[in-house]
Amino acid sequence: MSAQRRDFLKALGGSALSASFATSVFTLPGCATMAPSSGKVVIVGGGWGGATAAKYIRMWSDGRVDVTLVEPNLDFVSCPLSNLVLGGSSTLADVTMSYDNLARRHGVRFVRDTATAIDADKRVVKLARGGDLLYDRLILSPGVDFIWDSVPALNNAAAQEAILHAWKAGPQTVALRRQLEAMPDGGVFVLSIPVAPYRCPPGPYERACQVAWYFKRAKPKSKVLILDGNADVTSKGPLFKKAWAEEYPGIVEYRPNYALTDVDVATRTAKFEVQDSVRASVLNVIPPQRASAIALSAGVITANGRWCDVDFVTFESVKVKNIHVLGDAIQPATGMPKSGHMANQHAKVCAAAVVALLAGQAPNPAPVLTNTCYSFVSDKDVVHVCSVHQYDKDKRTVLPVPGSGGLSSAMSELEGRYAWNWAKTVWADMLA
Amino acid sequence: MRGLPLILAAGLGLAAIAPSGAQLSDPNLGRSVAASCSNCHGMTGVSLGDVPSIAGRPKDELVRKMQDYKAGRTQGTIMPQLAKGYTDEQIDLVAAWFAAQSAK
Repeated sequence: MSAQRRDFLKALGGSALSASFATSVFTLPGCATMAPSSGKVVIVGGGWGGATAAKYIRMWSDGRVDVTLVEPNLDFVSCPLSNLVLGGSSTLADVTMSYDNLARRHGVRFVRDTATAIDADKRVVKLARGGDLLYDRLILSPGVDFIWDSVPALNNAAAQEAILHAWKAGPQTVALRRQLEAMPDGGVFVLSIPVAPYRCPPGPYERACQVAWYFKRAKPKSKVLILDGNADVTSKGPLFKKAWAEEYPGIVEYRPNYALTDVDVATRTAKFEVQDSVRASVLNVIPPQRASAIALSAGVITANGRWCDVDFVTFESVKVKNIHVLGDAIQPATGMPKSGHMANQHAKVCAAAVVALLAGQAPNPAPVLTNTCYSFVSDKDVVHVCSVHQYDKDKRTVLPVPGSGGLSSAMSELEGRYAWNWAKTVWADMLA
Repeated sequence: MRGLPLILAAGLGLAAIAPSGAQLSDPNLGRSVAASCSNCHGMTGVSLGDVPSIAGRPKDELVRKMQDYKAGRTQGTIMPQLAKGYTDEQIDLVAAWFAAQSAK
């Protein structure tokens, strides 16, 4: 019996859930054909990283690794493409999918709950509704929390219902669309962008395009005012600026170096370190972000008090053994954006490594990851950025391959078709 | 399972036809590298939309297409940019993996 298995059994001993684990962990007498379990993985968070990891670990272990996915939402709502809901060319239903196949086709145990604490020594995940989950390896794909302290007036639930972020696709996306629909023609939509790093670097600029696309057709006297905390557009800059100038002249205005300090909720006014306050008809604040609170509980936040450093061969925390971290919550390697596609790629590297490690094998020592990110500058026209990241054994990190990757030469409807192809394919890759 | 035939081949004195040491040490390497393609091309290379299906295409054809993108002989949107990021060994691995998948 391996040391790992012994530890696991020890941990199992005191658990209220041990009976349910026992049936899956141990080969029952007379059931010699049943594949013995080669380990127990708990995944916290069913977003782009967690859902992918759940499916791929089941698939690549031929069902031998038990996978429990902890996720509070009944359905998966895609952040990528959700800006189209704000423009009005898509609905939230178009970017919403069921988690059902993970359980039905792939045997993932779906626990609709929220993880509230991690005890890394005992290898226990505590759940909001009570009950513990034990793990051999834990995968956190927790996404981001907003740092509300940095926008003090928004640090309460009522204010957050009035001044929306819509930076986690779902009810807020629909609510922001309603605010835009209710806004009289001639109004100003103000979009506040935090200093990088934040989730989805090109997302705010795509959002500006989508709202402008809506205004151009429905409210042509209205304006989109982008107040960016950064010194310049952080992704696809020339392509976005060209779209604003050529597709939305007189509608979109871009101002850099607008570091938000607070808002006035009642008057929808944004306040800044240097510049005068700006009053909006619809104010959309994307607050600064950090790895979600569960990562703090697990003790895996190691970078600037915000993000989680990982070993890029396995995506295991550099600090806490047997806990892996995926997606927007990690401290990324050079040139690695906080994107859904990237989280999916993290998950596959991690899944392969976890299956190998639980089988007593060495993980692939030189993983490769890609990123592809499409942004809609109208309802149909799209621009992309893409990159390939190879593991560097000497530097022990993944690095973009020199000469690879790049941007669209121009926006096009062809890439709009490829963007929808990408979305449908990667959603299926995670969930089908 | 996929590693087994390689081991048998080596045992029968046919080691010369076995792939490089890297593959022998990780029989799943082709699968793992191919997983970086599936976001757009489908999990086994069967397209769900406008992107060409690559499942079940002959390995040589897939290698040639990737090498043409990599060398700039074929134009495109993202593929010329992505192909430049893969090593020749990785291109051989993913081509072999997708060639072995069912086209349906």
